[in-house]
Amino acid sequence: MSAVIDHGHAGHDHHHGPAKGLMRWVLTTNHKDIGTMYLWFSFAMFLLGGSFAMVIRAELFQPGLQIVQPEFFNQMTTMHGLIMVFGAVMPAFVGLANWMVPLMIGAPDMALPRMNNFSFWLLPAAFALLVSTLFMPGGGPNFGWTFYAPLSTTYAPESVTFFIFAIHLMGVSSIMGAINVIATILNLRAPGMTLMKMPLFVWTWLITAFLLIAVMPVLAGVVTMMLMDIHFGTSFFSAAGGGDPVLFQHVFWFFGHPEVYIMILPAFGAVSSIIPAFARKPLFGYTSMVYATASIAFLSFIVWAHHMFTVGIPLTGELFFMYATMLIAVPTGVKVFNWASTMWQGSMTFETPMLFAVAFVILFTIGGFSGLMLAIAPADFQYHDTYFVVAHFHYVLVPGAIFGIFASAYFWLPKWTGHMYDETLGKLHFWMSFIGMNMAFFPMHFVGLAGMPRRIPDYNLMFANFNMISSIGAFMFGATQLLFLFIVIKCIRGGKPAPAKPWDGADGLEWTIPSPAPYHTFSTPPEVK
Amino acid sequence: MNSPMPNRRLVLRLLGVVVGMFAFGFALVPIYDVMCQAFGINGKTSGAAYEGAQVENSAREVRVQFLATNNIDMPWEFKPMADDLVVHPGGTNQMLFVASNPTDKPMTAQAIPSIAPSNAAAYFHKTECFCFSQQILQPGERIEMPVRFIVDKDLPADVHHLTLAYTLFDVTDRVPPVAQVSPK
Repeated sequence: MSAVIDHGHAGHDHHHGPAKGLMRWVLTTNHKDIGTMYLWFSFAMFLLGGSFAMVIRAELFQPGLQIVQPEFFNQMTTMHGLIMVFGAVMPAFVGLANWMVPLMIGAPDMALPRMNNFSFWLLPAAFALLVSTLFMPGGGPNFGWTFYAPLSTTYAPESVTFFIFAIHLMGVSSIMGAINVIATILNLRAPGMTLMKMPLFVWTWLITAFLLIAVMPVLAGVVTMMLMDIHFGTSFFSAAGGGDPVLFQHVFWFFGHPEVYIMILPAFGAVSSIIPAFARKPLFGYTSMVYATASIAFLSFIVWAHHMFTVGIPLTGELFFMYATMLIAVPTGVKVFNWASTMWQGSMTFETPMLFAVAFVILFTIGGFSGLMLAIAPADFQYHDTYFVVAHFHYVLVPGAIFGIFASAYFWLPKWTGHMYDETLGKLHFWMSFIGMNMAFFPMHFVGLAGMPRRIPDYNLMFANFNMISSIGAFMFGATQLLFLFIVIKCIRGGKPAPAKPWDGADGLEWTIPSPAPYHTFSTPPEVK
Repeated sequence: MNSPMPNRRLVLRLLGVVVGMFAFGFALVPIYDVMCQAFGINGKTSGAAYEGAQVENSAREVRVQFLATNNIDMPWEFKPMADDLVVHPGGTNQMLFVASNPTDKPMTAQAIPSIAPSNAAAYFHKTECFCFSQQILQPGERIEMPVRFIVDKDLPADVHHLTLAYTLFDVTDRVPPVAQVSPK
């Protein structure tokens, strides 16, 4: 009973701190704790998926087979994609949403805190299941992250069933996370925080959450069909039973294309907070940013077949999907011009978050342009399944999604930890990542245009030099991320104390609370003018 | 608090969207089939016999090429009697395909047709086809299977050459061949 008495000594202070020990993390319903766990989990997956990429690049360092067998190489390309998409990028954004959305809208916590805990703890289970397939007889998934049937049904390794259940668990986790974000944003905004006053990160996440609840169930549906084809004798994707493998691609990409915007829209939002802070000017064209994001989200539902121009869709279909895809360049262009206009004549300084944000704008635009090239249906027949596609989506995902996450991490680390990170090391991390990433992915445009196919462990001798450059860049980029780990740990353990608002141009409710953010914030809602 | 809808009702509605989209994923299966049939895309031809009659346009010639492919692990011999046929749109034509079962077990097979170029699929009518049903062959048995077809007189003018490709699938597991006492 002494514990009760001791607790009594603490007085009538209702400001509870976190519980002690490991159970704090298992049982927590605190949005900051859960956000932190999401971010650490995603970083662990980033390193794991990154190490698979290192295996790929080591094998491709020289032509011929040196390090791994083709069967294992296929598992590496597949697992790299799956883990980076579902394990690194998506949970990182959910983690940022958990931390920042309640702080940005003046809410005390997420709307559904217990569900929040559950949706996080599903993820380690899902990825333990997925990664365990690598140790099963026959190996893990080897059919590419897009798992086209019949490669993933008739010809799949035995472990495919575990892969399917892992996808189901991730899907449930994402859907619950998305419902939580929507409920928080719609119901817990502080008085006066109207929708059109919300920071863009909140807006982009609201739209992302709607995309998630619209397409994650379709992904769950398509893997369920696979499960039934494999174990219950149905023929959704088997031509012998009256099904059609092309149907798989349609259903998959109906999920898959909105999915790529799920991975980039929150980065758009974060960068829209960071650039004004370091340009010391309000964001140019806030309203148009909101409408552009909504337009991108809408268009993402009607362009899926541009991933499958070569399967033999009719000419009118190719034209429709080509023009619809190109239409996405319009709202995306609005956003890029708005970011550029925000910087125009601003009093800019280039701290690490700003460096990542500016690189995001420039390099994401390059990825967007190669996307426009791929959207041209007749030209796509040449580019399809080559390294040009690999270059394109790595340019939108690495300097797009990942740099967006790095920028956010550096921008809000002082708020999370109460310390400033080491600016010199941060800049070193940026420049090493920037150089490494461009070295790794830029040459892929050239080998792709020259016809090097993706997902093959060997290649023609004429691609040798570019591949060696790519591999060296990839090793550099990969190793640099250990520096990021060091910077974050150093920042948690100490450093210059951070003021409530460490960036003088920053704006928003999250900077009105002390650094580090107390365990409970906005228990009484702030007044928003 | 500007709470337009209680959490509970909002969450239930969002879960409704989730369930609806899960169902929509499955609804895409029949939608896909209907779209392919309606627009004759993806090289899919009608699974039913064509009942109409057409007037032969002897002024126009179209070459129809025949392909027979075995799906992986299908041991039958399967080929057309001729590689191609020059036909007049509107007229009825016939081609025989030969199949034989070299194994020592009775087997069931299903042929799946496909037309290239895919925009011509809607103009290719089969009045009779072995692909409308399954074939059961006893060990060593050999059959000749007819396909009778009409190339539509409205076939787009830029199409001079059609390919009718069959892929033969082993469906013995799904449709067990009727046990039949072999004479031997």
